[in-house]
Amino acid sequence: MAADIDIASLPAGPVGTRLNRDTSMTKEITILSGKGGSGKTTVTGALAALGKNTVLVDADVDAPDLHLLLQPRIRRSTAFYGSKKAKVIAADCIHCGLCVGACRFDAIAPGEPPEISPIFCEGCGMCYRICPVEAIAFAEARTGEWYVSDTAYGPMVHARLDPAQGNSGKLVSLIRDEGRKIAAANQAEFILTDGPPGIGCPVIASLAGTGFVLIVTEPTLAGEHDLRRLAELLALFKIPAGLCINKWDLNPEMTARMEAAGRDLDMHAAGRIRFDLTTVQAQLQGRTVMDYPTSPAAADIEALWKNVEQFRENG
Amino acid sequence: MKIAFASGKGGTGKTTVAVNIANILQQTGADVQLLDCDVEEPNAHLFLLPRIAWSVPATVRRPDVAEEHCTGCGVCAEFCEYNAITVFKNTVIVFPELCHGCGVCAQFCPERIITESDRAIGVIEGGAAGGIGFVQGRLNVGEVLAPPLIRQVKEKAPKAAVTLIDCPPGTSCPVIEAVRDMDLVVLVSEPTPFGFYDLTLMAATLKTLAIPSGVVVNRCDIGNDELYRFCDREGLPILAEIPHDRRIAECYSRGALITESLPAYRELFANLWQQTLTLLPSRPDR
Repeated sequence: MAADIDIASLPAGPVGTRLNRDTSMTKEITILSGKGGSGKTTVTGALAALGKNTVLVDADVDAPDLHLLLQPRIRRSTAFYGSKKAKVIAADCIHCGLCVGACRFDAIAPGEPPEISPIFCEGCGMCYRICPVEAIAFAEARTGEWYVSDTAYGPMVHARLDPAQGNSGKLVSLIRDEGRKIAAANQAEFILTDGPPGIGCPVIASLAGTGFVLIVTEPTLAGEHDLRRLAELLALFKIPAGLCINKWDLNPEMTARMEAAGRDLDMHAAGRIRFDLTTVQAQLQGRTVMDYPTSPAAADIEALWKNVEQFRENG
Repeated sequence: MKIAFASGKGGTGKTTVAVNIANILQQTGADVQLLDCDVEEPNAHLFLLPRIAWSVPATVRRPDVAEEHCTGCGVCAEFCEYNAITVFKNTVIVFPELCHGCGVCAQFCPERIITESDRAIGVIEGGAAGGIGFVQGRLNVGEVLAPPLIRQVKEKAPKAAVTLIDCPPGTSCPVIEAVRDMDLVVLVSEPTPFGFYDLTLMAATLKTLAIPSGVVVNRCDIGNDELYRFCDREGLPILAEIPHDRRIAECYSRGALITESLPAYRELFANLWQQTLTLLPSRPDR
């Protein structure tokens, strides 16, 4: 039997590009949550304003929002070829139907000729290779675009998938790699990586090899449930984490419960942020909440940043 | 009929709307089921408290190589588009987490020494919450392949007159798999710049997939009118507006159903459902 490799034990990203461990001077902090909509981007934007010599990466390529706060000026955009796609060459097709039966992803609709959905094609090449008359073309397809930009707070690497395109894990690995190159060139102190929700492919791509995960979540039953699953994932990758409860005053009891759970899971208590609609005001103005220095959220995030800097200092 | 609840941005209220619609439908005695397809972080069970009656593993195919017969030709590694298999001399290394289970390596191994077996990536659980049929998928922690699990949740679910699907956030593979074959998608968003921007991405995805949709505006009184203008321009009907109400947030926080704890909102969800029904494309079988 062939040997299996336990991906989590490797010093590299499991999806796409290999990533080096965080051994440079630069410290990468990835912001995650498990549950979506808990304030990751609001906090990342504010931390960008607080950090000195920082590189920013928006790793939520599915639904990227950090640019709405940081107003990047795009310096370079590059097309992203995320996977190969198969296409029937109608003139050469003999309508044997072999490709339809061989596709494991239900991506080929029977017909004369059959039709391959570019959305559901996973680019495995089965149909291309099994076709007896070479009537299927198979080539790299553009599935998105990524950008290197300038912001008031430092360089930013971000991306956008084309509508109904997948393989976001590969794109996340690519833009994090680019962020590291820029950070090395600039001798940056921090990379702040705004992560996606969930615990699957793009999340794993955005945390593999990072130095520290800052969890920004909310005091709800769903937030607590999702935190536990995220903690399991972080334990698998042996990445240290800090816990920040956003909108904590919406449910102080749940906040205390989640912080206790965090302690049991060896997380640093990173901070609490009060519920504050100033964050919406800031969004509407395309600014970070640090531009509203008297707001409760700004004060709480400043305290959070001091803690996070300290955890990173102490390794 | 099959209706999915999606959003693009996370935390806009997909689960809230889905479970409360399920609840008011069960009160009318409808044959309704809810499938939680947010398999990375399934939360609907926290609100519905279903009694789980069955559980089956969700699997993907993976290659098994009879190495003693391997000639080290490397065809499997060369053909694998996911870099999930590597050959050094006569040693074959498989990276199961990277494998999509496409079967190319087994199909094209010249020695025919690669077979396939099932590898569990999560579980599918089903049961009922009162009168609501319930099925959810739960991805094993550390696995990356949400889409095949979502596909299997939909395949394993029994038939029902009304199937409601709670989608994951985002706009790519997992949500595309969740909305595939839906009659209609209800987009739950909020009129903030983040909510609006991600709604435009999700609307573009649904346009590409040619699935009709309508919009529920949650926390409708924060933010601005950009989302409304977009919906107007794109011909996306507004199905309901849910106000920003601290009582709703607190209700959600402890896992309670709004339609139980705050009866004043029952009518809002009932109207939301009526509006949703008007959008269903007419089909001869209905």
